[in-house]
Amino acid sequence: MASGKVTFRQERCKGCNLCVSVCPAKIIFLDEDNTNIKGYHPATVTEMDKCIGCANCARICPDSIITVERN
Amino acid sequence: MAIVYQKSKGLTDVEFHYCPGCTHGIVHKLVAETLEELNILDNAVGVAPVGCSVFAYNYFNCDMQGAAHGRAPAVATGIKRVLPEHVVFTYQGDGDLAAIGTAEIVHAAMRGEKFTTIFINNAIYGMTGGQMAPTTLVGQRATTAPLGREREHYGSPIRMSEMLATIDGAAYIERVTVTTPANIIKAKRAIKKAFQLQIEGKGFTMIEVLSTCPTNWGLTPVEALEWVKEKMGPFFPLGVFRDITAEEAK
Repeated sequence: MASGKVTFRQERCKGCNLCVSVCPAKIIFLDEDNTNIKGYHPATVTEMDKCIGCANCARICPDSIITVERN
Repeated sequence: MAIVYQKSKGLTDVEFHYCPGCTHGIVHKLVAETLEELNILDNAVGVAPVGCSVFAYNYFNCDMQGAAHGRAPAVATGIKRVLPEHVVFTYQGDGDLAAIGTAEIVHAAMRGEKFTTIFINNAIYGMTGGQMAPTTLVGQRATTAPLGREREHYGSPIRMSEMLATIDGAAYIERVTVTTPANIIKAKRAIKKAFQLQIEGKGFTMIEVLSTCPTNWGLTPVEALEWVKEKMGPFFPLGVFRDITAEEAK
């Protein structure tokens, strides 16, 4: 299985949850320990080793804040 | 590692003002990616509407023009006729295209104007606060239809794609949605085809995108995507309603 890496431009995240809803690996979550300058809990990933680099999250992100890399 | 997905160069670095989860952002990037992939960013002119996407001119990284409410097709007509080598598109919501601007879009299609329209249908007036639109579903609640749209009083919603597909000047009309990653890929394919047919000078092209308005629907962004599938889907079927290239191939 390909391995991937996602990076979020968290200061622009609006916490809409769409990326969370389409992640097949179910590793994206809204980080309730953090609040960005807009006042939202930004999307984040901690188990990056489980990312398959499918780019579903980036494709559906309305604010284009996600960059996906893949091996 | 190689980058497989990043923000399109067809978008500026300006932050979208849209509500969280609004699908305008998804459609914006599909248009931007198409302009980038067709290598026409320096040769494209977009016309922004009035409505939630009124600030589209700040977001697309190409020449843009604002238009009076509903008149984007008329403005695009002028631009395309003066600059026929440019790729011209309008980006309009249902209040702009299916209400105040119905005459403009119908006659632009009738004249076979060679520009592309991206039509955002979210079954409500977003910017002004959730009033009933011509596309509001029967039974759907809006601030001006608090008990839901009643057919006896307000009729049944208008299906713009089906209507415009009856017009000879239209070259390509398709309805898509952006509710899943797979549908987003299909929507992009449709938008790209419309721009390609415009470049080939085939005639008027329009892609209708079933979109969400989580704020005025009173749903979360994820619930709103489901609502599109469950409620809008049956009344506004997806598909190609007119494709003169398919007819020419017969």
